[in-house]
Amino acid sequence: VRVFSFFNVSPVQWLVQVGASAGKALPQRVKIVEVGPRDGLQNEKTLVPTEVKIHLIDMLSEAGLPVIEATSFVSPEWVPQMADQVEVMKGINRRPGVSYPVLTPNLKGFQAAVKAGAAEVAIFGAASELFSKKNINCSVDESLQRFEEVTKAAKEAGVRVRGYVSCVLGCPYEGQVSPDKVAQVAKRLYSMGCYEISLGDTIGVGTPGGMAELLEAVSREVPVDALAVHCHDTYGQALANILIALQMGISVVDSSVAGLGGCPYAQGASGNVATEDVVYMLHGLGIQTGVDLPKLMDAGAFICRSLNRKTSSKVAQATCKL
Amino acid sequence: GMVSVSMGRKKPCVFCTRCTLTHEYPEYVKMIEVGPRDGLQNEKEMVPTRVKIQLINMLSETGLPVIEATSFVSSKWVPQMADHTEVLQAIHRSSHARYPVLTPNMHGFQDAVAAGATEVAVFGSASETFSQKNINCSIDDSMLKFEEVICTAKQQQIPVRGYVSCALGCPYEGPIEPTKVAEVVKRLYELGCYEVSLGDTIGVGTPGSMAKMLHYVMEEVPSSALAVHCHDTYGQALANILTALQMGICAVDSSVAGLGGCPYAQGASGNVSTEDVLYMLHGMGIKTGVDLSKVIEAGDFICKALNRKTNSKVAQARSKSS
Repeated sequence: VRVFSFFNVSPVQWLVQVGASAGKALPQRVKIVEVGPRDGLQNEKTLVPTEVKIHLIDMLSEAGLPVIEATSFVSPEWVPQMADQVEVMKGINRRPGVSYPVLTPNLKGFQAAVKAGAAEVAIFGAASELFSKKNINCSVDESLQRFEEVTKAAKEAGVRVRGYVSCVLGCPYEGQVSPDKVAQVAKRLYSMGCYEISLGDTIGVGTPGGMAELLEAVSREVPVDALAVHCHDTYGQALANILIALQMGISVVDSSVAGLGGCPYAQGASGNVATEDVVYMLHGLGIQTGVDLPKLMDAGAFICRSLNRKTSSKVAQATCKL
Repeated sequence: GMVSVSMGRKKPCVFCTRCTLTHEYPEYVKMIEVGPRDGLQNEKEMVPTRVKIQLINMLSETGLPVIEATSFVSSKWVPQMADHTEVLQAIHRSSHARYPVLTPNMHGFQDAVAAGATEVAVFGSASETFSQKNINCSIDDSMLKFEEVICTAKQQQIPVRGYVSCALGCPYEGPIEPTKVAEVVKRLYELGCYEVSLGDTIGVGTPGSMAKMLHYVMEEVPSSALAVHCHDTYGQALANILTALQMGICAVDSSVAGLGGCPYAQGASGNVSTEDVLYMLHGMGIKTGVDLSKVIEAGDFICKALNRKTNSKVAQARSKSS
């Protein structure tokens, strides 16, 4: 059966003239931010040995991903999966041109990250007060003040900072979240120096209408070039939401190899969208990503073997069964 | 009627330079439930007749307007559907729903009518090779068979639905020319099918190829006579359905619990889950008349009977959330 040949078929053969002259075209290029090694592994039950993490990141670098979130400088008490943060940072093979951001929840984490060689960090805000309280034990305002310390220090150290906003399309505690609230939080993160703001549908409840509404509100406060979407596939809506985001000018998408990282709020349900499935869609649209899909699938197969779990990527499932 | 759910203003079609279509969404989408036929037919487990009947009765309770009940194909070819007469005669037919059955030829059609069928469906292909391998004749010859069925059905005031498989790709031929798809769709429509369902049989389509194919097909057949039947083998179904909606399609085929694997990629998924489609549509404010929780119940029932897990992410999330 020749279905496998679809991967070797140039996207051009599937391509429709992607509105080059229509003006409001889909982006020609999308930057994929691979969060598997951090967001993915952090939300997996099985603890993964350091050398496996390092090998995963190296395989992802080989697959052509431009940004790979490597680890998190959070206290190991809170996130034991990321306790080997320094070792991972020092052990990975950094590919030229590839960025390896790490999470830094506060100044202490930032300092440790820089000491371990981090050149880019990420901070994690929330659009929901209750979520902020439950997740990091302080209000949204308090968290933003903490982050300002980090962005100040980062500026001085010449380190780039990426901002995340969680619960942008719904909160497990508060339910509905106002797009204006998201816009405000995004604006603050942007003004304090984040070069990019990733909007996270933390529980995957969003649908295309809500995504469009959200992006309209946020892009009034932050330029669309500085925005990314981080969609969860808990309700199967991720690719549809990403498609709408692309149509609205977004050109940065977060995803996780093999769809690593379940949803902590719906046990057993899926979480992150699978990078393979996103890449399949983008390449099918003729959008460039720089990613080598077969190599990406190799990385996914590797980490799933190590975790002794099945992939959550449909593309991977389809391909390996032929 | 059309509703502008997102963006708040009209935009030219981003997929091609020639469409003057705008990004508005239908107010109502007709859901065509294919689980009991297409779904069960492609499941390994044989399902007892009473289970099929109960499944269909539960689906009738959900408000689904169209439920494909069974197939009058020779039981040699499709043993799973050998109880077609019993099923059709025993189900409780809701006044709100229609129960089409597959009829590949005159013999099947006559059996179906004798068993009380009030709507039938015929299955064509946009790929010559697939047609040969699947129903053992060329596209042209299959059209002759269908013409017989459709003419006779017309005389008896029995509506006929047409299916075109391989609309976005063929497991044998690879890419399929959209003009070929349009040609086959047109033939079925002109023969007298009131609606033609465009099937992405192996799920390889992406929004670009979907838009391109629809563009060509809609030059021959009005959108009101078209439906999309997307497979989720590569995780692209909801994105493809969203694209179809943006282009004016307002009828969608799906399968409860995502029943029905892909016969061409063993173990891979096939039909898109009705629950996941409904979640998206309802989230966008699009009406369907269907009660999602009741569909989830029907899905739970059939999955227990089949001793398998649901393919629906919505069902997974709902059953696991605290």
